[in-house]
Amino acid sequence: MSFISYLVNGISLGSVYAIIALGYTMVYGIAKMLNFAHGDVIMIGGYVAFLTVSGMGLPPVLGVLISMVVCTVLGVTIEKIAYKPLRMASPLAVLITAIGVSYLLQNIALLLFGASPKAFTSMVSVPAIVLADGQLTISGETIVTIVACIVIMIGLNLFIKKSKAGRAMLAVSEDKGAAQLMGINVNGTIALTFAIGSALAAIAGVLLCSAYPTLTPYTGSMPGIKAFVAAVFGGIGSIPGAFLGGILLGVIENLSKAYISSQMADAIVFGVLIVVLLVRPTGILGKNIREKV
Amino acid sequence: MKNKFNKQTKDNLITYGMVIAAFIIMQILLSMGKVSSLMEGLLVPLCTYVILAVSLNLTVGILGELSLGHAGFMCVGAFSSALFSKCTEATITNSGIRFFFAILVGAAVAAVFGILIGIPVLRLKGDYLAIVTLAFGEIIKNFINVVYLGRDSKGFHFSMKDTMSLNMEADGEVLIKGAQGITGTPNDSNFIVGIVLVLVTIFIITNLVNSRTGRAVMAIRDNRIAAESLGINITKYKLLAFSISASLAGVAGVLYAHNLSTLTALPKNFGYNMSIMILVFVVLGGIGNIRGSIIAAVILTLLPELLRGLNDYRMLIYAIVLIAMMLFNWSPKAIEVKEKISTKFRTSCKGKKEV
Repeated sequence: MSFISYLVNGISLGSVYAIIALGYTMVYGIAKMLNFAHGDVIMIGGYVAFLTVSGMGLPPVLGVLISMVVCTVLGVTIEKIAYKPLRMASPLAVLITAIGVSYLLQNIALLLFGASPKAFTSMVSVPAIVLADGQLTISGETIVTIVACIVIMIGLNLFIKKSKAGRAMLAVSEDKGAAQLMGINVNGTIALTFAIGSALAAIAGVLLCSAYPTLTPYTGSMPGIKAFVAAVFGGIGSIPGAFLGGILLGVIENLSKAYISSQMADAIVFGVLIVVLLVRPTGILGKNIREKV
Repeated sequence: MKNKFNKQTKDNLITYGMVIAAFIIMQILLSMGKVSSLMEGLLVPLCTYVILAVSLNLTVGILGELSLGHAGFMCVGAFSSALFSKCTEATITNSGIRFFFAILVGAAVAAVFGILIGIPVLRLKGDYLAIVTLAFGEIIKNFINVVYLGRDSKGFHFSMKDTMSLNMEADGEVLIKGAQGITGTPNDSNFIVGIVLVLVTIFIITNLVNSRTGRAVMAIRDNRIAAESLGINITKYKLLAFSISASLAGVAGVLYAHNLSTLTALPKNFGYNMSIMILVFVVLGGIGNIRGSIIAAVILTLLPELLRGLNDYRMLIYAIVLIAMMLFNWSPKAIEVKEKISTKFRTSCKGKKEV
């Protein structure tokens, strides 16, 4: 029974990683850049939800919505100011700028909210489910996280496959120049991608802080890196890959914490990533592109 | 024969001169007592960062691969050399000789790790390579945090659980204490040694770049397939450059470890944040430009300290400066504006001359 409970918790943690990884992978697919500041957008989302719900006493749903709006505006603004001018520059320059943005967000949060950790009260009011005569308890947070992840995945898939804006995103990710010639607003599409990714980051922030209830200006950075690993794991640029990579990573992390060593859990996660990349150099679901002369 | 003294050599001499001049100025200021104790304590870390930046430039600038695990190699060098110094503290009493050997040990162990990690990693490309180097760096840091090593009359004892499970005799001494790291490393490094190591690093890298090997490495960077068709052994040269870079990072680790009495593997000093910080030095200084790396490392290390008066705002300003510098250096619009200004300036100068 304890195995199942570890597994369920792992899937729940993995769902958070998957939601964050979606933001990474979508931005990578379209703008071909690693948005290192994504983890810090999660942290800002967590703080906004904390302030609106615990501070101002608004209902949790409204708090999450406000947090999503703030993160969306933030994501689009970052893209406009910091990344858009560098669209033609080398990928390394963009990467360093993203790191700069990450430092900036962390320090703004440090100034506004202070370094002391905030005790985040869970936003989830779903009761826990008790199964198998009380041997297995699944918390409300776990249920909501897993359901949210599935809903987001289905919604995102429908959006990309069926809507005009979604197909424009696919087109831009395949060939920016050709998409522009077809009359697609490339800059608008990239901004839309950042908006969706940041809104997802806000949701991930709330879910993450509900499950692990401490909030500091550095809360987002390690989950951000893990989610980035998850995105690479599944094949960066692929949306199902991000989902699969996130869930797998969460399960591996939780099981190795439970059965091997809690200190070595991160090392094991990274070790698995290395093995996977050595067997499949572009991730589990990544496209293998042959280099031509 | 004067042409022999070409642009490259001149460029290198300027770099050496710059470092030596900085050293002399610093020494004069030190002897006059004009340097605050805070700045004095920053001198050895400064040398460490310069070595790290210059060595990472070999991987990023010359080999053209993005590595985010440089701090991992530094960690390996730091711990292996600190262990060596602690073990031989009784047998080699001369601190200079001991430190010399410690440097060799740190560099060698880091180079071995560079080769071991390089063999699988260098098969990957671009962002995948970056994330795997990051993963290796984190694994090294995590592993060191759970290692326990002790020594007694029967030899070495190793454990991954705690001090008790080492099963040592009564005379035993714990050398590595898991998350508490190594304590009591002899304080052998100082500013002069640091500067000498910086000069040695620059010497190794610049000579490598201007050699046949260096040209082969750069050919691989520019076009792998073309280089391969010319008969260049890709794996060998990539691995060579990567392991040299790793071993120099190890040397930086040796310098770092012998400047502290307690050495622990924290996310702050050996985590990915450190690797990223070194990468920032390299990119901001100009990829492939060794002098740029040195200047960027010095300025960016001193900047938060110089801004200390602004307290809470200093890291905020650091971040804004970083973003602004990147936008100014790399955005096509900013480059256009810069070019316009410089051509205007040039034409106005010419105009004056003609008059």
